[in-house]
Amino acid sequence: MKKARTSLAYHIMMLPSMILLLIFSILPLSGILIAFEKYIPAKGIFRSKWVGLANFEYMFQIPDSAQVLTNTLIIAISKIIMNLIVPILVALMLNEIRTRWFKRTVQTVVYLPHFMSWVILGGILSNVLSLDGIVNQFIQLLGMEPVIFLANNKTFRAVMIITDVWKEFGFGSVVYLAAITGINANLYEAAAIDGASRLQRVWHVTLPGITPTIVLMATLSLGNVLNAGFEQIFTMYNPMVYSTGDIIDTYVHRTGLVNAQYGLATAVGLLKSLVSMILIAGSYKLAEVTVDYRIF
Amino acid sequence: MKKNGFLKALKANWWIVLVLTALTLLCILPIIHTVALSFSDQARAAAGEVFFIPKGFSVNSYAKLLKESTFLTAFWISIRRVLLALLISGGVTILAAYALSKSPQVFPGRDVYLWILVFTMLFNAGTIPWYMAIRRAGIMDTIWALVLPCAVNAYNIILMMNFFRGIPTALEEAARVDGAGPWRTLFQIYIPLSKPSIATIALFIVVYHWNNFYDGLVLMSRPSHYPLQTYIYQLTVTIDVRTITNIDTLKELLKVSGLTLNASKLVVSMVPILLVYPFLQRYFVTGLTLGAVKE
Repeated sequence: MKKARTSLAYHIMMLPSMILLLIFSILPLSGILIAFEKYIPAKGIFRSKWVGLANFEYMFQIPDSAQVLTNTLIIAISKIIMNLIVPILVALMLNEIRTRWFKRTVQTVVYLPHFMSWVILGGILSNVLSLDGIVNQFIQLLGMEPVIFLANNKTFRAVMIITDVWKEFGFGSVVYLAAITGINANLYEAAAIDGASRLQRVWHVTLPGITPTIVLMATLSLGNVLNAGFEQIFTMYNPMVYSTGDIIDTYVHRTGLVNAQYGLATAVGLLKSLVSMILIAGSYKLAEVTVDYRIF
Repeated sequence: MKKNGFLKALKANWWIVLVLTALTLLCILPIIHTVALSFSDQARAAAGEVFFIPKGFSVNSYAKLLKESTFLTAFWISIRRVLLALLISGGVTILAAYALSKSPQVFPGRDVYLWILVFTMLFNAGTIPWYMAIRRAGIMDTIWALVLPCAVNAYNIILMMNFFRGIPTALEEAARVDGAGPWRTLFQIYIPLSKPSIATIALFIVVYHWNNFYDGLVLMSRPSHYPLQTYIYQLTVTIDVRTITNIDTLKELLKVSGLTLNASKLVVSMVPILLVYPFLQRYFVTGLTLGAVKE
């Protein structure tokens, strides 16, 4: 009796979350049907005309798709690689610093951009990178031609990748710093007694010590292969750079919510969700197998 | 003494100190530049004279800002949104996390709930179905559209659940012997013991809701209902889209568009994050990764 009352209390505690999930996550799954329809909002999901895989076939025919997929993969994979390497290097460098005030200052400043929104950073960056912005003033000082970074297909992807690393490298280093702190100090002493130089100590003690963390972060980042960074690109791109900067998420936004091609946009979104789900679930599984990581 | 220590370190590590200093400057200088612009004379800012120190110091743009009602409304909407989210999202997260922290023996059905949650974390129906669902719920163009659809965050719940599981079960058993039910145990034992973890989740909620602009853009039909970040987005983008046609119009537009005014808006939007930043720094490490590498 008492046991039943206890478990009833737990069910009631789950209720608000489950109602919200039902309305905003579970029921919307019926919206997936739009991907197989010639959807007309006035008719609704259940009375619009069924077209089978026509939207998907159309998706594979239009030249946009290949371009959008290429852009997404190039930007996303470059970001994954850079966001793995740079934070490790920064953490290794920070670890060599013994002066506390200097280390603290560096950390406080480099973590900050992580917490700022892309709208604010995008506003700051488009000003800094604009034609008469400070970066171009500096470039001209060196006697070179100014560059319109955000409206130039030669520079747009690189700017997206670099500014993303700029925003995240500091915060990304926290994980590795935490891992370095966990390394047994005796190992360093033993290495010093054996006459290891500083670089040798980093190579033979620190790096092996944080390898599980590196493997974990690399594995988990696989889930982002199709995420090129919607908010960032959406705040900084423009029609001039669609050919290099348009990614799946921005494409879905424009086709679906701006041009009202609901069927096509839902089809593209669905395909992305499915592949992402496999990638994320796979990456968690891989993390479990390689470093015995579990989310719960 | 301290100085000497640094000089010694500088000698030993000069290139590391150099690289780290450069990276630090790279992170802070664009922000300093924006602050400098916001406190500068409009004409001198447009002429490109301002770098990292205000030229022709003036608080004009801030005075203008205070008179601009759309900005103030947007700011107020964002504040309300964050407070509502803290209450609702924070509340449902704690309740669900506590229930899920129990074993299936005391809470039959626990695993089913957990898998529903994990499923929503792994798979979402996409932008269009999400948009349609909010329309069907009848909350379009209201502040609820910014708060309710993202109130249940599987990541936060699992994080909180893991925290709760770290609390020794002996405490709960002792409470049960004293006749406390699940509700009293949660409010009198778990919540008081989990203040740092709750602070972590609260900060995640604040940062997410303060920074999000996309839902405001898509779900609000009137600009007067925009939260602050959406307002700022629309501000910066209207300049961008027009500048692309040719270089001369870009230069023109930069002069007439209130460069200093925009800068002051960006600065004011940063302030709330800067205010919670010291707390963020204290707590974020706790919530760094969802799970743990089992030793």
